[in-house]
Amino acid sequence: MRFLSALGCLLLLAACGQVWNNPYPASDSGKNILYSSFSERPKHLDPAQAYTSDEYDFIWQVYEPPLQYQYLKRPYTLIPATAAAIPKPHYFSSSGAELPASAGDIAYSVYEIHIKPGIRYQPHPAFAQDAAGHSLYLDLKPGDLRDKFSLADFPRSGSRELVAADYVYQIKRLAHPRIHSPILGHMSDYIVGLKEYAALLEQEDRARQAGRPEGTPPAWASLGKHEIAGVEVVDRYTYRIKVRGKYPQFIYWLAMPFFAPVPPEADLFYAQAGMAEKNLSLDWYPVGTGPYMLTENNPNARMVLSRNPNFRGEAYPSEGEPGDAAGGLLADAGKTAPFIDSIVFTREKEGIPYWSKFMQGYYDQSGISNDNFDNAVRISIEGETALSPEMESRGIRLKTSVATSIYYLAFNWLDPAVGGQGDTAQQERARKLRQAISIAVDNEEFISIFANGRGVPGQGPVPPGIFGFRGDDGSFNPVVYSKTGDAWHRKSVAQAKTLMAEAGYPDGRDASTGQPLVLYLDTTGGGPGGKAQLDWYRKQFQKIDVQLEFRTSDWNRFQEKIRKGNTQLFIMGWNADYPDPENFMFLLHGPQSTVKTGGENRANYTNPEFDRLFEQMKNMENGAERQAIIDRMVAVLRQDAPWVWSYHPKDYSLSHAWLTNVKPNRMARNGLKFYRLDLAQRAARRAEWNRPVVWPFLVLLALLVLGTLPALRTWRARELARA
Amino acid sequence: MYAYIVRRVIYAVFILIGVNLITFVLFFKVNTPDDIARLQLGVKWVTPEAIAKWKADRGYDKPLVYNEAAAGRHKFTDTIYFEKSAEMFRFNFGRADDGRDIAYEISTRMWPSLALAVPVFLVGLLLQITFALMMAFFRATYIDFWGVVLCVTMMSISGLFYIIGGQYLISKLWNLVPISGYAAGFDALKFLMLPVVVGVIGGIGSGARWYRTIFLEEVGKDYVRTARAKGLSEVVVFFRHVLRNAMIPILTGAVVAIPLLFMGSLVAESFFGIPGLGSYTIEAIQAQDFAVVRSMVFIGSVLYILGLLLTDISYTLVDPRVRFE
Repeated sequence: MRFLSALGCLLLLAACGQVWNNPYPASDSGKNILYSSFSERPKHLDPAQAYTSDEYDFIWQVYEPPLQYQYLKRPYTLIPATAAAIPKPHYFSSSGAELPASAGDIAYSVYEIHIKPGIRYQPHPAFAQDAAGHSLYLDLKPGDLRDKFSLADFPRSGSRELVAADYVYQIKRLAHPRIHSPILGHMSDYIVGLKEYAALLEQEDRARQAGRPEGTPPAWASLGKHEIAGVEVVDRYTYRIKVRGKYPQFIYWLAMPFFAPVPPEADLFYAQAGMAEKNLSLDWYPVGTGPYMLTENNPNARMVLSRNPNFRGEAYPSEGEPGDAAGGLLADAGKTAPFIDSIVFTREKEGIPYWSKFMQGYYDQSGISNDNFDNAVRISIEGETALSPEMESRGIRLKTSVATSIYYLAFNWLDPAVGGQGDTAQQERARKLRQAISIAVDNEEFISIFANGRGVPGQGPVPPGIFGFRGDDGSFNPVVYSKTGDAWHRKSVAQAKTLMAEAGYPDGRDASTGQPLVLYLDTTGGGPGGKAQLDWYRKQFQKIDVQLEFRTSDWNRFQEKIRKGNTQLFIMGWNADYPDPENFMFLLHGPQSTVKTGGENRANYTNPEFDRLFEQMKNMENGAERQAIIDRMVAVLRQDAPWVWSYHPKDYSLSHAWLTNVKPNRMARNGLKFYRLDLAQRAARRAEWNRPVVWPFLVLLALLVLGTLPALRTWRARELARA
Repeated sequence: MYAYIVRRVIYAVFILIGVNLITFVLFFKVNTPDDIARLQLGVKWVTPEAIAKWKADRGYDKPLVYNEAAAGRHKFTDTIYFEKSAEMFRFNFGRADDGRDIAYEISTRMWPSLALAVPVFLVGLLLQITFALMMAFFRATYIDFWGVVLCVTMMSISGLFYIIGGQYLISKLWNLVPISGYAAGFDALKFLMLPVVVGVIGGIGSGARWYRTIFLEEVGKDYVRTARAKGLSEVVVFFRHVLRNAMIPILTGAVVAIPLLFMGSLVAESFFGIPGLGSYTIEAIQAQDFAVVRSMVFIGSVLYILGLLLTDISYTLVDPRVRFE
């Protein structure tokens, strides 16, 4: 009877339109919460260490570097975040005389950054003080942490104003021996005194650790004792950074969380004995001035960002790209953000439940995996992308943008067959071979088959949207493409074979030895999908009669081979750190060869003309002169073909109709503050899409009951049967 | 019995040292400390100095198992193997390579794993035994025949199919429960219903078929014939005699599995978004986090040894003829 009553109640609830599959607590319904997901747990939330998109999704909402990228404008444009204005570098000679930007003997650049007064940190126990102004939790005694397992267990919290010294403190943290910032090595080459400061800390730390009793944790190095020669606090709201030479790209680093402020109180708080054992660390609980603060940190299941009550508010941008106004992206122009109270990130490791939840309305936005691409998107014969009818019927919106990234097939320049070694004749043979392969590898087909059309074929190292990329005929690589009428087409296989013959490999055989040409592609395999891609590559090489063999190894060995130059061909990719052509061109700069200097030029490409032009271009302001040099550099690269410029991936993102102000931004991930939700619409759509269907369950139950009847009959017959 | 248990515990220490050594050798055969450092520091801008500093900070700058430069016992103790492994025998697992406390992770991830594994185990065992008893009871009838067909069919289907099928039907098509996720306390119920149903159904085929075999073996024994000859009903014969005597092989399989319930289920936890221990090991392997891998292998070994010990003890409880000698 009770069972029937319960069943009746369930049916009644179903009839009332209640949803049963809502994964969120009922108490959250109607609240201004954005629901998102993450697949990989963030390794670090410390702004001195975090460097991946998994980590940036969280910390970029919490920390505020002095600068940021304008949310809507493209090409990406820097604007102040906490800074009062974009700092203009001043240039000096080695004797200290100020120089114009055009001077050739610039020894130092000085960036003086003024921050806005009145910016306050999120509430945090590190700032908590008693009535007399003494810190409550910076001198905890053994046992004080007995009942403390998260920040919420500290009954009091406080805040204070952001000051310039916090930015200087964070730059010092980059050198801290316990933190292991990935950019310390790079920044030490530029920020005056950072290398020496790191060495000093290291030396002191070693001495301190040597004296500690066995089994005790290493002590936290204090950063207040010494100063970095090139970094100083000028006044309460101003600090200065001295950079070696002229390094215009430094300004972009000031828009990354590495240069966000960290209050020294936070380190003092977390460095106390017993904190680390309870995962109470800055790496776990960030402390910032941004629009949100991390209030729940369970990277195995759920992370929650809540509105920072001390955030000053930020005006929604009033300018954007052409089309942004028509797309409704300027509807909130001038209004004070953030518009959303909290953001719940739920961990989803598998694509099927993730996609189902998005379709049920439980995630407000989603990317598109290859598995779901055909369900979500239709590509017309003309190549135009549109949503599938099912998506359109649900009011889902599609946003696409070309990523500031490139995938490439690299030729190891140190390899005798495909590289740039030997005499002029040998170099010419190898160049023609690389050009022939560049024609044969049909990147358009690759994008169509393996990326569902989500990519733009590469024509050079610089992706669209970055200064230096040409949108006109100059954007096509004349080595690989030819123009017929108004259209550019990939050159024919016959033309590639002609190049092969000129390279001394007619019909894919070495003309001098008669041996077939065999090339080796180093790869990490990549499972069943990876095998299909490798087979595809083999077919591309077969077009010009070249045998392609694969040398598969795990990621570590693959990296090791590249570091040692034991490769011939390999596939890699690069995501931009900042939107400047220098951040792509340096990948081919000779002095940054991976084998020779441990740099990022993994193909070990070297060309004196390119290297000279790179040195010239890297420090220039954007303008016609810089464009002309970039054009020449790209022309050199296209001729030399050290990479097959595979493609620039295109990001596709979906959002429900109730989520507005969404614009993909690959350079900065701090755009959540501008998102807006229509809560009534979301609630209505969720109820409509998730009505429980009970009848199949009842049918199954009935079948089960009916199924027992023959068994009962058999049992009864057996009981009544005579022995 | 106590002497037996003490003896087994002493054996266990040597087994654990062996398991630990094998894990260490296998792990470092594939990954060098440099590889581990590079994975933690990322691939961009990382300098050899940064790698050296990371290794020194994490204790990966020492020789693997033998320190030639050290003196006396330090030749063995001042090594990565000793420093990373000795503390484990005091159940001090230390920190993962990303700096987070392993014991804390295990203590928080253990409960969701148990919340899924225990009901699946108990309900599954009950249903499997019930179904097996039914097939044995109706042996040589069409019910037994089709029951076995159903079991073979069910055990031939991949576990992943049950998960995806269950999610599709129950959550996506019928909208009855959330497709994935987890919450603490009683809120976990709505998230656990689907994985428990899927887990139970997925295990019925093989379990019921195995138990049916056990029951049929018992049914053919002399004491059962005697019981029937005494005039006992078939129901009494089954529940009072056959079931009790079939408990030994059932316990062998069941009790050994109980401690391992802590380790969770990799695939189910991943698909249903349950933040348990099942995925902790595989994530650590992917992240080349030796500290976590060795800890989880160590715990797995301890639990397995504990399971076998419990099985031995349970023998004596269900069969008075069994004695520890």
